Amino acid sequence: MKIFAKDREGKESVIEGRDGWTIMEMLRDAGLPITAECGGACACATCHVYLEDGWYEKLPPPKEGETDMLDMALAVKPNSRLSCQLICSEELDGLKVTLAPE
Amino acid sequence: MSSPIETDAAIVGAGPAGLFAVFELGLLDLKAHLVDILDRAGGQCTELYPEKPIYDIPGLPIVSGQELTDRLMEQIKPFGATFHFGEMANALEKLPDGRWKLSTDMGTEIVARVVVIAAGGGSFMPKRPPVPGIEAYEGSSVHYAVRKMEIFRGKNVLIAGGGDSALDWTLNLAPIAKSLTLVHHRDGFRAAQHSVNRMRELVEQGKINFHVASVKALHGEGGALSGATLAGADKREWHLETDAFLPFFGLTMKLGPIAEFGINLHENLIPVDTARFESQTPGIFGIGDIVTYPGKLKLILSGFHEAALMAQAAFHICRPGEKLRFQYTTSSSSLQKKLGVI
Repeated sequence: MKIFAKDREGKESVIEGRDGWTIMEMLRDAGLPITAECGGACACATCHVYLEDGWYEKLPPPKEGETDMLDMALAVKPNSRLSCQLICSEELDGLKVTLAPE
Repeated sequence: MSSPIETDAAIVGAGPAGLFAVFELGLLDLKAHLVDILDRAGGQCTELYPEKPIYDIPGLPIVSGQELTDRLMEQIKPFGATFHFGEMANALEKLPDGRWKLSTDMGTEIVARVVVIAAGGGSFMPKRPPVPGIEAYEGSSVHYAVRKMEIFRGKNVLIAGGGDSALDWTLNLAPIAKSLTLVHHRDGFRAAQHSVNRMRELVEQGKINFHVASVKALHGEGGALSGATLAGADKREWHLETDAFLPFFGLTMKLGPIAEFGINLHENLIPVDTARFESQTPGIFGIGDIVTYPGKLKLILSGFHEAALMAQAAFHICRPGEKLRFQYTTSSSSLQKKLGVI
C-alpha cells in the first residue's frame, strides 16, 4: 500500500500506507509540513489536502462535519478534503494528495 | 500608562498547562499573572474543541475541552491569579535587578521574577488567505476583524468565508457599505441557518451579491485597495471594485512575538531541561505543547507534570535562600488553608 504526497513546493514523497491510520497521521509521520493543530478532531481545517487524479470521486464523499469544517480552510477546491478524516485502507492504495497552501 | 504590575510569575498562555501552573505555583505561595490573546481561558481546549470529549485526563474518564477548563478555573480560584485576556505578550526584557518585564500589545507591563511560557502552538491569529501581496493591505484595506463598523461606510466591501463571522459581518455591514459582495467556495455555509436565510434574502432583494468564487488577486497602491480579481468555480475570472477585503477563515496558531524573546528555539519549540522545565535562559520556563525534550509528548497530562516541576524550580528563584517545604494537599493543613478547604 503506497500513498503519494506532494508538498507545497511540489516535492513528491512516497509514503508506506498503514491500515487504520489517517492520511493526516501518515503525512505527519513522514515529516511532511502538515499543521493539523487540533490533532485530528476535525476542528481546525489545517490538514487540508487536494486529492489528485480522480481520487476525490473514488472515495466516499465527506460527511457534514468535514464539509462544514472545510469552510474554515483556505484555497478550497472541488477536490479538497481534510486528511484527518481519510482513513487508510487497501482501497486507498496509490492515493495521490497535494498539501493545500496555508 | 499605569505603573508595571509586580508579581512572582508571568505566565504566557491560559490553556490547561498555564492554568495548572497557577495551582502548583500557588501551593508554594507564588503569585501569578497570565496573558492570553484569546478572550477567555482554555487555549486550544476552548478555541478548537470546546465540545469534543477528552478521554486521557487521569481521573476524568470523559471531559470536554470546556468542562476541563471550567474545572481548572475552579481548582485555581483560591490562588487569585490575574488574567489579562485579549492581550498578546509581545516583548520580554531583562531588568537590571534580574527580574523580567513582560509587555503586551495593550500596554500592560508585568514585572516578574520568573516567566513561564505555556503558549501551546503559539498565539491564535487569523488565517491569512494565500493571495499574493495581501500583507501590503493588512490593517489599511484588509481586515481580519471589525473593530469599527464606521470605517466601512460608503465603501465597496468584499467578504470571504462561510462561517458565522463571514455571515454576521455580511449582514451587519450590508446597510452601511456602498456595495457588499460575499464570496465562498460553495453554495452552502456552516454558519447559523437564520443568518444564511437573511443573507439570501438580501441577495434576492439586490442589496448584496453572493458568488461561489475565490479571491485570486488584490489590486491597489500604497496599502489602499482598489479592486480584486475573483475566480468562479468554472475558472472564469472577473474584476470587482473593492475598497475593503474581510477574509474570515477562523484562527490558526502562529508562534508570533515569542520568537523575538531571545529564548533559544528548536523548530519553533523551546528546548527545556526535564528537571526544572527551564529554557536555556535562566528564569524563563516552558511547559506544555510549546516545549521540547527527549521523549516529549504533546498531552495535557504532560503539561500538568511539567507545571509541577517548574514551580519547584521557580520557587528557588522567587524566594532565594528560603527552604522549600514539600507537602501533600491531603495531609498539610497549611496547603488546605491556601486552598480554602479548612
